[in-house]
Amino acid sequence: MADEPDYSSRVALPPRTRVAVGGAREVTESLFTSGDRKKKIQGTIFLGLLLFGLSIALISIAAMITWAFVAGGPRLNTNLFTNVPSVVTPENAGYRTAILGTLYVIGGVIVLIVPLGVGAAIYLEQFANPANKFNRFVDLNIQNLAGVPSIVFGILGLAFIVRGPLSLGFVAAAGSLTLALLVLPTVILASREAIRAVPSSIRDGSLALGATVWQAVWRQVLPAALPGILTGVILAVSRAIGEAAPLLLVGAVTFVTFNPSFFEGGYSTLPTMIYSYAKRPQEELQVLAAAGVVVMLVLLIMINSVAIYLRNRFERTW
Amino acid sequence: MKVTRRAAFAATALTSALVLAACGGSSDGGETTTPTSDPTTSAAPSPTETGGGELTGSILIDGSSTVGPLTEPAAELFMQANPGVQVTVAVSGTSGGFEKFCNGETDGNNASRAIKEAEIELCGENGIGYDNITVANDALTVLVNGEAPVACMTVEQLNAIWTEGSSITTWGQIPDLDVPAEFADTPLSLYGPGTDSGTFDFFTEAINGEEGLIRIDYTSIGEDDNAAVTAITGDVGAMGYVPFAFYQEAGDAVKGIGIDGGDGCIDPTAENVQNGIYTPLGRPLFVYASDKALQQDATVAFFEFYINNSDQIADIAGAVGLTDEQKAEQIAKVQALAGG
Repeated sequence: MADEPDYSSRVALPPRTRVAVGGAREVTESLFTSGDRKKKIQGTIFLGLLLFGLSIALISIAAMITWAFVAGGPRLNTNLFTNVPSVVTPENAGYRTAILGTLYVIGGVIVLIVPLGVGAAIYLEQFANPANKFNRFVDLNIQNLAGVPSIVFGILGLAFIVRGPLSLGFVAAAGSLTLALLVLPTVILASREAIRAVPSSIRDGSLALGATVWQAVWRQVLPAALPGILTGVILAVSRAIGEAAPLLLVGAVTFVTFNPSFFEGGYSTLPTMIYSYAKRPQEELQVLAAAGVVVMLVLLIMINSVAIYLRNRFERTW
Repeated sequence: MKVTRRAAFAATALTSALVLAACGGSSDGGETTTPTSDPTTSAAPSPTETGGGELTGSILIDGSSTVGPLTEPAAELFMQANPGVQVTVAVSGTSGGFEKFCNGETDGNNASRAIKEAEIELCGENGIGYDNITVANDALTVLVNGEAPVACMTVEQLNAIWTEGSSITTWGQIPDLDVPAEFADTPLSLYGPGTDSGTFDFFTEAINGEEGLIRIDYTSIGEDDNAAVTAITGDVGAMGYVPFAFYQEAGDAVKGIGIDGGDGCIDPTAENVQNGIYTPLGRPLFVYASDKALQQDATVAFFEFYINNSDQIADIAGAVGLTDEQKAEQIAKVQALAGG
């Protein structure tokens, strides 16, 4: 006991440093030696698996994009965007009508899913009583709907939108409605997560200052949740833009040479055209299919970049 | 700030509208031109046409993805001659197409098989009168690798290979087939389309005697006939069957073998199909036309154009054109349906 003041009086830092270093060494050794070596290995394996997963995702997407550019290379020019489809002269064929068709359909999807999806999410998160059986039933169904195969929505669209109650016929609007139903669960789920992630103090503070529930939601919660909601919209649009199967059922054609309109006449979309061309025996058409993949990527990035810009603008930390 | 936020929020919904407006505007300028038209491939007006530019209307054809590639160039050439008519072609499959056709929603249905009983009933219920118009011929081609020392097979041999429960696994086991001794042990790998394909239905019926009857241990290439060509190119012991168009585009790495249906070996060629001697794998490709649709002059003109220009259209799509006799028969069918 008598030694202690002696140590400290002689040199103030070394003993403390020694204690700190000794402690750190002990911790480090305990991490690296015998008993806990297993944990260290587990950690390494886990990290390896994470990197493996990431690299698989990156490699497959890089391979796909590279393939599209290489295989479609001979056709990557402005004709691809401005010309109409042609099987008589495939070397000059373009995707103009399909690009417009896709923009019409996806435009309709966005206009439908943003208000409907966000509205449903606000109700379920801010107004609905989670203990209520009906609300829980709705909740469960939305989650299950996200996993329903897209062709089922195509059949639904054919029966209720193209024919039946709505009777829109084989038009772009019917395609929009069908795809909107398909991706609505994605938007609702993502929006709910985003709304839930807004600190309750924001909402409570707003209410405490005399705001109505609606004012708190509209002026505080929604702007704060916007980045997360936009992520959901990006995911939904990315899925919708690539769908071919349900659209074939609700009237997307593979050959149309006139610009589409929303409520009448035939329309085509990029995935249905690519799907059709990729199966043909003619090499020119297969090249055209690969070039179509590039066109679709460009279009998808264009649409999503707007959402990404908005998301970054509204991103904030608490 | 409130306004900005609200505007930005709304902008998400309006994004598409803006993009649309921009794209729509830029492309409208080119709408009336047909950049793809090429004077050398433009169709001469057919004799039965009423003259270019006078016809107006819209025609929607749906159905088989085998016949669709034939109807597309037909539509394209027809619209070059008749800019006032809008023809669209969809491919929701023969069955899906008949469902719409018999509901009166389409003007014609591409079909790689004949209409079935249930579909006939549906058409009857909805008062749709129809007829099958043969628009081209196809030769289902049995493909082998270019290196395989085989040039011809009988229907019996094909049946022995493909029938349900067949135990043939090497080339030497094929009954009565002369192959060099060193090739006899080569494993026989089989490729065929999936069960949803009209090509599958036709082949099983023609070779195995019953639609859908086939051995189960072959590799299904689904709906993508190119996959069969690729597989056979890379495997000397492979065999598969594809529509004529895929054989024509496949090059020398694969070869289409002759079929002996009892009268000697008949090669898969356009002439043999047209002469009707490539049996049993020669087949007609149909477009079903409805009487209702043929009340429109443009639709009648389209079908007549399709039939009369069958050679050029079939050439583009890789199928086999109609003979003069077939043309006369089919024109008569169209006129009968339009008149009745």
